[in-house]
Amino acid sequence: MKKIHYREWGIDSPRYWGLLAVLAAIVAVGGFAVLYMEHEGHWVTGMTNQVVWGMPHVFAIFLIVAASGALNVASIASVFGQTMYKPLARLSGLLAITLLVGGLLVLVLDLGQPSRLIVAMTTYNFKSIFAWNIYLYVGFLGIVVVYLFTMMERKANGFTKGAGVVAFVWRLALTTGTGSIFGFLVARQAYDAAIMAPMFIIMSFAYGLALYLLVLMFTFNTDDRPLGDVLLRRMKNLLGVFVAAVFYFTLVYHLTNLYGTENHEFELFMLRDGGIYTAIFWVGWVLLGMLVPMGILFHPALGMQRGAIILAALFVVLGGLSAIYVIVIGGQAFPLSMFPAHTIIESGNFDGVNGMARSYSPSLPEFLLGLGGFALALLATFIAVRMMQFLPYSLADEVTDPHHAK
Amino acid sequence: MKRNFGLSLLLVLCLGLLGGLGMVHAGEGVKGSAKADKLDACVAPTAFMRRNHFELIKHQRHITVHEGIRKTDHSLAGCVDCHVRKDAQGSHVPVNTPGEFCAGCHQFTGTTLDCFTCHATKPTGN
Amino acid sequence: MSQPTDQPTNKHRREFLAGAAAVTATAIAPGVFLQSVADAAPRASAVTDDVRYGMLIDTTKCADGCNDCVSACDKENGIDLLSKPEGASEELWEMQRPRWIRTVKLKNNLTGRVTSLPMMCQHCEHPPCVDVCPTGASFRRADGIVMVDRHTCIGCRYCMMACPYNARSFIHENIQTTLTAVPRGKGCVESCTFCVQRRDNGGTTTACQDACTQGAIVFGDLKDPDSAVSQAMAKYPNVQIRADLKLNTGVRYTDV
Repeated sequence: MKKIHYREWGIDSPRYWGLLAVLAAIVAVGGFAVLYMEHEGHWVTGMTNQVVWGMPHVFAIFLIVAASGALNVASIASVFGQTMYKPLARLSGLLAITLLVGGLLVLVLDLGQPSRLIVAMTTYNFKSIFAWNIYLYVGFLGIVVVYLFTMMERKANGFTKGAGVVAFVWRLALTTGTGSIFGFLVARQAYDAAIMAPMFIIMSFAYGLALYLLVLMFTFNTDDRPLGDVLLRRMKNLLGVFVAAVFYFTLVYHLTNLYGTENHEFELFMLRDGGIYTAIFWVGWVLLGMLVPMGILFHPALGMQRGAIILAALFVVLGGLSAIYVIVIGGQAFPLSMFPAHTIIESGNFDGVNGMARSYSPSLPEFLLGLGGFALALLATFIAVRMMQFLPYSLADEVTDPHHAK
Repeated sequence: MKRNFGLSLLLVLCLGLLGGLGMVHAGEGVKGSAKADKLDACVAPTAFMRRNHFELIKHQRHITVHEGIRKTDHSLAGCVDCHVRKDAQGSHVPVNTPGEFCAGCHQFTGTTLDCFTCHATKPTGN
Repeated sequence: MSQPTDQPTNKHRREFLAGAAAVTATAIAPGVFLQSVADAAPRASAVTDDVRYGMLIDTTKCADGCNDCVSACDKENGIDLLSKPEGASEELWEMQRPRWIRTVKLKNNLTGRVTSLPMMCQHCEHPPCVDVCPTGASFRRADGIVMVDRHTCIGCRYCMMACPYNARSFIHENIQTTLTAVPRGKGCVESCTFCVQRRDNGGTTTACQDACTQGAIVFGDLKDPDSAVSQAMAKYPNVQIRADLKLNTGVRYTDV
């Protein structure tokens, strides 16, 4: 195995600063949106007493899920011993940190009382998965920093495997915790299912790898660094497999719900009668998020075209946002089933009169907050790869492929 | 050393308080109209209250919310009821208005008051 | 600084203190006795689980189109002091304003029979909202009242996701006026407290119960077999809403 060389991102200065300026502007606008929401109160958002989590949570949960998945690439190298992935490990750790920070920031800034973050970090009810998540998220950041240290400090390289195992197990716990936020809720038919936790784990694999691929290809492209076909083929195939796994879990989730009569109304809502939610489910989650990417990635010809791979990865990201939207918001829009065998004909609190879903329209401040978090994660990533040696100098076949003819 | 510092802090606080109370603008609380103005001391000695009133309030809020205890000297409602002043027309002036009781020290020391985001600033007789 | 022990003032002071203590004890004693019999004054000792507050709703008595309980609750708990923020849409405000109690009208899918009932926090024995609160702000008091400690609430709304009855409200706007007895502020979550301000000040009823002219709402101590609510529950068959969740709610309904 040849020694891997890492070098700072060499994109030319004007483009680099231009990129940072654009991302910083998005972050700033997001910051103003937060100040506005915090000062006025949540009445300026589309969130209500019936749909309490909205666009910011969709972005936040997507970023958090993708963050733990982004670490997979490093785990494949450290934990599962695939040496071909070893050069990719540093960027993987970095992305895990920046995406998680971006997601957490969005979540925290949407709180009704964000100034009480200290209370949240010192007062705990350990029956709540949310409380555990605070430890899991913050602990994850610390562990990945240590993991990165073992990779980047030559004298600590011997500890990389150990740190990698800890990080891998921790991220599984983290994503289980994130899925369980919904899985543990007995009240709503969309949640209250043990499958939520493993489904989130498998989603993290797909979304994390898709974002990783996009960042890798972008940084390499702009710096004219070679990314060989051998490695790319393995990664795009892996992405295809992860997306197929998400497809499997989605199928099992819905088939199980469809089997039990008590869930028929909910499934019909999701699959047929839910208006915007049905549209986003079929077009966003299923078609663009799973079927089209699988079609591209497993296609004999298309599968190795760089442009097609990028498109597939972008669709996976879009599909991920759609899936989280349907789960978080669609799950709240469907009325609570308080009176089985009855139809509610009037209600003082939007309880689902005649089965009508609760309405929610995302507002601009919410959207800007979510986008700002995404932009912050990217901003931090680009600054880090520019200033420190996260990116391998070359991923050409002769460097990565152990079987390459010398 | 510590005692000297404490005494000078107390002196500074007193001066600040007096300075704050000295200003009365039109439409704001009339000096001496609060129940507290007619009493010698608060529910505890003034020096103790100046240093520790927040501890009392913080401890009491937990007791009231979780244990339901309302019969207490340390309720925030009690503080408001006693320290609120009336304006020239006889109606209560919110106790956290600049120039009123709480602001007297809080503005000077630069500590944020979060209580009245939620709690009533005038006794509402309920 | 040591005090000489043979001064005449010490003896007088001691006598005075003993006398004062005796007088005070005599004055307080009847009050203490009364306190233990019936809470007729602000509560001076911690609540215990000797009492469990609950409510029986007789849906046959709930009048169609009536909202008296809702108006009474709004007035008692300061919700009627809130107004739509300037610039907010009416439609959105209706979905964002707090509601501690609401009326729901149901139709039986098979028989077409129509029922009206008020819906509020069910004060479960095993509340999902308490389980999920990350800071423990959402809690169940010893006497069965499920409420939010707004000092610790960070406004994450997870409890609102968890509530099977959609009973909780989040305060979406800056509050201008609050009642002394019912504080309320932007960014926290709240719900029906069984009129805890009355509970802790010696009251025996809730505002909704007082307002219901039909007698559909009966409130009281579930652990006291002689209370009106216990006797009503023993007499009329009643159910929990969403009984399958096994939350052992404090609020029960007849004829649903």
